[in-house]
Amino acid sequence: MVKAENVHKSFGRLEVLRGIDLEVRQGEVCCVIGPSGSGKSTFLRCINHLEKVNAGRIWVDGDLIGYRERGGKLYELREKDVAAQRRGIGMVFQRFNLFPHMTVLENVMEAPLRVRGESKAEVRERALRLLDRVGLSAKVDTYPGQCSGGQQQRVAIARALAMRPKLMLFDEPTSALDPELVGEVLDVMKDLAAEGMTMIVVTHEIGFAREVGDSLVFMDGGVVVESGGPRDVIANPRHERTRSFLKKVL
Amino acid sequence: MATDITDVRARPEPIKAVPVRHPGRWVSVAVLAVLAAMFVHVLVTNPAFQWSFMFTSMFNPPIIDGVLRGTLGMTICAMLLGVTLGVVVAVMRLSDNPILRVVAWLYTWFFRAVPRVVLLVLFGNLGILWSRLELGVPFDTQLGTLFGLSNLHLRIGGLDSRDLLSGFLAGLLALFLSEAAYMAEIVRAGIQSVDPGQGEAAAALGLSKGQILRRIVLPQAMRVIVPPTGNETIAMLKDTALLINVPVIYELFFQLDAIGKRTFQTFPMLVAACLWYLALTSVLLVGQYFLERHFSRGYGQPARARLKLRGLAAEQGGGGQGVAG
Repeated sequence: MVKAENVHKSFGRLEVLRGIDLEVRQGEVCCVIGPSGSGKSTFLRCINHLEKVNAGRIWVDGDLIGYRERGGKLYELREKDVAAQRRGIGMVFQRFNLFPHMTVLENVMEAPLRVRGESKAEVRERALRLLDRVGLSAKVDTYPGQCSGGQQQRVAIARALAMRPKLMLFDEPTSALDPELVGEVLDVMKDLAAEGMTMIVVTHEIGFAREVGDSLVFMDGGVVVESGGPRDVIANPRHERTRSFLKKVL
Repeated sequence: MATDITDVRARPEPIKAVPVRHPGRWVSVAVLAVLAAMFVHVLVTNPAFQWSFMFTSMFNPPIIDGVLRGTLGMTICAMLLGVTLGVVVAVMRLSDNPILRVVAWLYTWFFRAVPRVVLLVLFGNLGILWSRLELGVPFDTQLGTLFGLSNLHLRIGGLDSRDLLSGFLAGLLALFLSEAAYMAEIVRAGIQSVDPGQGEAAAALGLSKGQILRRIVLPQAMRVIVPPTGNETIAMLKDTALLINVPVIYELFFQLDAIGKRTFQTFPMLVAACLWYLALTSVLLVGQYFLERHFSRGYGQPARARLKLRGLAAEQGGGGQGVAG
């Protein structure tokens, strides 16, 4: 489903990603952990082309992200085509980024209505179903500012799902939440994983990674230090850096 | 029980203290009263004010016409066009295209650097530059001589510029072009005040750049854009008095000035101008107050308190989810 090959990314002279290789199969939940500044969020943002990679390739569902390759030459995709690629990839942000001037329901309906041009009644029905699924039926007509952080993040997940993505990216979805609200968001993500959604989750929740993840990737200094089955990596890390990081967070 | 103690205890007697005296206040009131009396004395006793003449002539039909067409009409037209062009220039200024960015910068630089009076006189005299305005291929005659054709004219059509570029239109052009430069800066500040995460979230959903701007960014920028735009509108209304320099005939100040000159009653007509502009801007100030209240809904303190109350009510009524600030 997702394949990354030797991905490099720098901001000015700062090299954030220094050759990332990764493969995520259909239906797999891949958790990415690592200290802050290790480049895990940047890598996630490269997958839907919010950041342009400087070298390497990323494919999602067989499509090369951001470029078209023809006759051994790379052509940058136009904005329209980039937007089209993003439609199949849902993203959930650390700071929710809900649209504050729209109600919860409008937030979820916006993209299917404007981007896919589906009929309003159909979109509305699907949005209500999604909000029901994340346990927010009572909140459809309120504004994001009136919701708690956990509720906002669940709305954000519903908003991403409304586009019927084949892949979901989670960028530290629980890091901005009060501790007692983390569980409700993780529960929604667990359900999603159980339904077979392909997910890449950048997280600090080692417990979630162990319980729900099919694979675990430990990143540090812009490279993948170690990856494998989550229980395996957490129980017996092979690298010293992984060991010292896990010691601090566990 | 702990609560009983407060019930049993008698309330202490309210404090009855001698308040601090403010002699300075009384002195200032006395001084101001004398000054006000002097001012009223001048207004009432000086015959040069010609009050009855002023009140009868400040509502003459040509003056009302000037208020409607020149002052209000021009303000509305110039602001509508100015805001529209201002949004365009602001978007150009923030675009990825370096050419558009430079053009937008040059535009705001020029129109903010030249005073409005100068612009108005300049546009009023553009007829000197071209007697006719024509649409066609630029440098056609010059290109013609280059290729050995004399008197080559590749033009579609034209208008007499003295018809087009005089009076109302020249004034409108000068005012709205200069207003657009100021509005562009206001709109740019508004757009930049929106959290970049908003655009990213919308982009991640697959919305196009235009959709992100129209649906996500601009509505949120409005809260920052509206109050200064109200100020701009009030400033524009006052600046219509400058149209006398174009000149624009159907305009309040031009008409009042004309009556003053014709009847040799210059001063009463200047006072009439003050009263007219006071009245008109006061109306706009009231409008601005309500507009600002409308666009800051959901953000201000009273609104937030109201929302909280509603949330609490919903919680008690329907067992909904908790509300967090």
